[in-house]
Parts: sequence; structure tokens; C-alpha cells
Amino acid sequence: MNALQMLIDAASVGGLYALTALGLGLIFGVIGLVNFAYGEYIMVGAYVLLLTAGVHWPFAILAVLIFVILFALASDWLVFRQVRRAQPETLMIVSFGLSFMIQHLYVVLFGSLTRTVNFLPEINRSIEIGGLRVAGVSILQIAATIILTTALALVINYTKIGYQMRAVSENPRMARLVGVNSNRIVAAAFAISAVLAVTVTVLFVAQTGSMTPFFGVSLTMIGFVATVIGGLGSLPGCALGGFLVGALTTLLQMMLPSHLQPFREAFVFAAVIIVLLVRPQGLIAVRSAWERV
Amino acid sequence: MPAKPTSTPGEILRFLAPLAVWILVLVVLTFTLSSISPAMSRIVTDTLIKLVMVTGLYIFIGNSGILSFGHGAFLIVSAYASAWLTIPPMMKKVILPGLPAFLQTVHLDPVLGLLGGIVLAVLLALVIGIPLMRLSGIAASIATFAFFVVISVIYNNWTGWTKGTASLVGLPVYVGPKVALLAACVALLVAWLFQRSSYGLLLRATREDLVAARASGIPAERLRLLAFVLSAAVAALGGALWGHYNGALTTANNVYLNLSFTIIAMLVVGGVRSLSGMVVGTLALSLVAEVFRRLEIGIDVFGQTLVLPGGSREVLLGFCMLLALILRPEGLTRGRELSFSKRKSPPLAATQIVEAAR
Repeated sequence: MNALQMLIDAASVGGLYALTALGLGLIFGVIGLVNFAYGEYIMVGAYVLLLTAGVHWPFAILAVLIFVILFALASDWLVFRQVRRAQPETLMIVSFGLSFMIQHLYVVLFGSLTRTVNFLPEINRSIEIGGLRVAGVSILQIAATIILTTALALVINYTKIGYQMRAVSENPRMARLVGVNSNRIVAAAFAISAVLAVTVTVLFVAQTGSMTPFFGVSLTMIGFVATVIGGLGSLPGCALGGFLVGALTTLLQMMLPSHLQPFREAFVFAAVIIVLLVRPQGLIAVRSAWERV
Repeated sequence: MPAKPTSTPGEILRFLAPLAVWILVLVVLTFTLSSISPAMSRIVTDTLIKLVMVTGLYIFIGNSGILSFGHGAFLIVSAYASAWLTIPPMMKKVILPGLPAFLQTVHLDPVLGLLGGIVLAVLLALVIGIPLMRLSGIAASIATFAFFVVISVIYNNWTGWTKGTASLVGLPVYVGPKVALLAACVALLVAWLFQRSSYGLLLRATREDLVAARASGIPAERLRLLAFVLSAAVAALGGALWGHYNGALTTANNVYLNLSFTIIAMLVVGGVRSLSGMVVGTLALSLVAEVFRRLEIGIDVFGQTLVLPGGSREVLLGFCMLLALILRPEGLTRGRELSFSKRKSPPLAATQIVEAAR
């Protein structure tokens, strides 16, 4: 029973990480951008929830969804499209600069202290299932991960936009030559990653009820690591990587003796190094993501 | 080991010219600016120490083409090692009772403390570099970042030795503009000699085309390791000086994470491919940051006091960084070095690489 409880905890934490990793991995897969500003898509959404406190929840979520999608599209349009052909390291620093700028903009607007909002407190209530006490939010997290991952896989594999996305990812020049409007496809990828970010925001804020302008950073870092472990450019890999990092974190939380608890993160990242050394291409390798001769 | 055997004085002069010009610029700037006011002299010192760190980073990133997020770890390691060796034993007994007996009693000269810090960073770079240098591209970047997190979490929570997020005080403060200038000149010289040595050229060949370079028999991993260790040593020099400039160390508020990103940004804004770019980037971002800091305090323009709202300087700094990167994605100098010959110097002659490979 204890093991089952642990499994549910691992899956719910892992689910949140997996969703973050999917959003990052999607953008990387399509345009090769490691988007540090992804954490800010999550963060700005949380502040929309703060501003819409008191509004009936479906409308609040709708507001977040609209704002974050527009925000993501604007970041692509104003910033990333301008440097699309630059070196990968330049792209990475551009996204970092954007993330830094937005964080501090929110410090100016809302202050750097933690703000709290009571959003959907009902879902934190625990439910009894067969003798196990499970928080409602955990179930939601697991469900959201399964539904969104499946939906994303269906979109990528079976829709026209998915085909075009894979074409742009495989060979942007060729895709343009055969008539794919690559700017529109990239915009679609940004919009989808914004939807994933909103899901993370809603679940995270419902669970913790608090936010700072910097809370997106640690999530992005974990998502980033999960993407690489799973295999950059592979969406199932991203989801797998997110689950593994979440499971490892939960496991260490339960197993480590208390004087080693503060060092938990060091163990997680040491494990990341080991995985990379054994499989530099990630657990699920994608041929097209790696340089060909 | 220069790529071409330099024989005549003229050739040696031309070989050192871009470096000499930058050193001259730094010397002039340091002496004129630091004589203005003590506050200005602190800014100069701060910028020069950051330049040492950026140079360290450049030795690895500029030549190997691998983006490292791990150099912050070397800053931490050397700063604390130097602190352990140089804080007076009387103080150590009080503030760091967790230190082992040997470190409790030792009290070294600042120079030896600095060397101790560098040696520890070099050893760490060797140990971590041997496995990590097999990786390329984004996997390598993430692995170096993971390495940074491991070191930073350890130092953050190892309170008996480091005081963690509280402040470790009592470091002898000996770093002023002159010491920092000397360190910056040494760092630039090391970077320039390495870049122009046959090792540097071979490593740059692996940056341009890893597969072709390997096929020509270039031992990419070993060269990367060499650059990694050398760059760790230079970064460690900057890290240790940073501690002895502030007189205190702390791991609170992610200082080292922010510092690492600041120096990476300086490098990338200036241009990762050239020494000149890196110097320009460091000076430019330091200048912009300082201007915005002044604006936030408020300055008088034609009788009107111009004050920016609090916290907005980071926003503007980020904006300037983005603007620079969008307008000049290759860096402010576009990867070129200063050049004094009349004919346009080729960016990196293929023949030079082939020659060096022989």
C-alpha cells in the first residue's frame, strides 16, 4: 500500500515535470530553440490568475489561456523570429535574456515578494480510494498529463499541421520549398506549448496557491533536464524524462536520511550526468535531432 | 607553442598586436577611471574581475564551441578554498568550527591562497572533464549545468565548512584596481597564447566540423579537456579574487547562478568567437549596467531629475542584451579580431589548420 501511495505521488510530480518538458521539447523539436522563457509563460499565467481572483474559475482559466497564448506568439514574433538563423548558443542566450527581462518586469509591476491566491481550493481535498488518501490535484495532474500527451501525439502524427510541423523540424528549407508556411507552423508550435504551460500554471497554482516572479525558473530547469535525458526532439522521450525526474525526486524525498535531505537536488543532478554519459543521445533517440555527416 | 615559428621581431609584434592594444586600453581606462573617485575605482575593479571570469569562460567556449554552464562551479570552489586558506585562524575558530584541524590552523599568504583555489578548481576540472568532454552540443551544456547545480547545492548546504546562505566573513581584502588589472592582463595573455597555439587551432577545427576534424586525426576529447582545465584555472582566478574583493562569501539568492549567467551573457553579446569580442562585450554590458544603476538613483539633466522606477534597470539591461543579440547575432565584433595588416585577414585560414595538424 505504501508503494502504491509512492507511485501516485511520483506520477503526479512527474506529470507536472513531463508537461513542462513537453512544452520545451516541442519548441526545440520544431526550431531547435532551447526556450528558457518557457518558465515565464508559466509565470505570467499565474499572475493572470492573481488578477482574476474571484472570477468564476472557467472564465479565469480562459483568461489565462488567451493571455499566455498571445504572450507566447508575441515572444516568437518580436524576438525569436528575428534571430531564427542564429547559432544555437545565441538562441539560448536570447531566450535567457527575454526570460530575465520579463521576470524583472514582473518585479517592477508586482514586487518580488510571494503573492498568494486562493484558486480552486476544492481540488486539494483528499479523496479516499481503496484505503489510500489521494489529493484531488494529484489525480488531476496524472489525468492532465495522460490526456495532453495523447492529444499532442495525435496532433503531431495525424493532422495536417502535425505533418507540416514534422516537415519543418526535419528540413525547414525543403518544407518551405514544397509550400509549407513555416512561420505559421512555428507560431502553432508556440501556441501549443503555451497551452501546455497554462496547464502547468493552473495545476501548480491550485496546489500551492503562491507565486513569485521567479517561480518559473526552477520548473524550466527541471523540464530542460528532463527533455535532454528523454532525448531532445522526441516527445515521448520528453514525457518519459519528466516522469523519471519526478519519480527520482519523490523517491529521494522518502528514502534519504534526514541529514542528507538538503542535498537531494545534488543527487538528482548527479543522476542526470550519469544518464547523459551512458546515453548522450537521450533515452529515446531521434535520428533527425542529431547532426548528420 | 605558436602556430607559425615566429622569428623576426616584426612577426612577434604582429602576433601580439591585438592583445597589446586591448591591454593598453585596459591600463589607460583603469588608471584614468579609478583616479576619479573611490566609487569609480570599485566599479573598475568589479568589471576587471568579471573580465577575468569571462576570459576563463571564453578559453573553453570560444575555442571548443561547447556552451558551458558549469564554470560557476569553479568560481565557487576556488573562492571558498582561498577563503579557508587565508582567513586568520582566530576568526576561523569562531565562524567555522566545523573545519578540520588542519584547515583550522593554516594561515597562508593571499597569493598562496589564490594558488590553492586555482589548484583545487583544476583538479575538479580534470576529474569532471574526463567523462564530460566526450559529450557534444546540448548534451554537454546540460551536463555542465548539472555539474554546476551539484556543486552549488553541496556548498549551499555544507554549512559547517561554508556557512551556506549566511555570510562567510573575514577574508583579507587585498583586491583593488591594480591587482584586478594585473589578473585581467594575465588572463588575456593566457587566452591569446592558447588561441594562437597549435592546440587552440586544432580545437577550433573541431568546433567548425567535429567529424572532419576527427577524421583528420585530431584528438578532440583531449584538446577539449586541455581547454576545459585551462579555462577552469582562469575562471578560478576570477572567482578567488571576487571573494577577496568583497571580503565576504555567501551562496544566498543564487548569487553564483546569476553571476554565471552574467558572464555568459557578456561573452555571447560580445561574440564567442574572438578575444576582442569578449572584451568588448564585457566592457559594454558593464557600462550599460552602470549607466542604468546611476539612472535608478537619479541624475540631473538640465535641471530636471531623471529617475527610473526601482527595479527597472534589470528590465532595461535585459532589453539592451536582446537588442544587441537581435541586431548582431554573431556578437558585437562579429567574431573578428583587431587587425593591423593592410590586407583583410581571413577569419581562420584553412591552410593554417592543416599546417597545425601536421
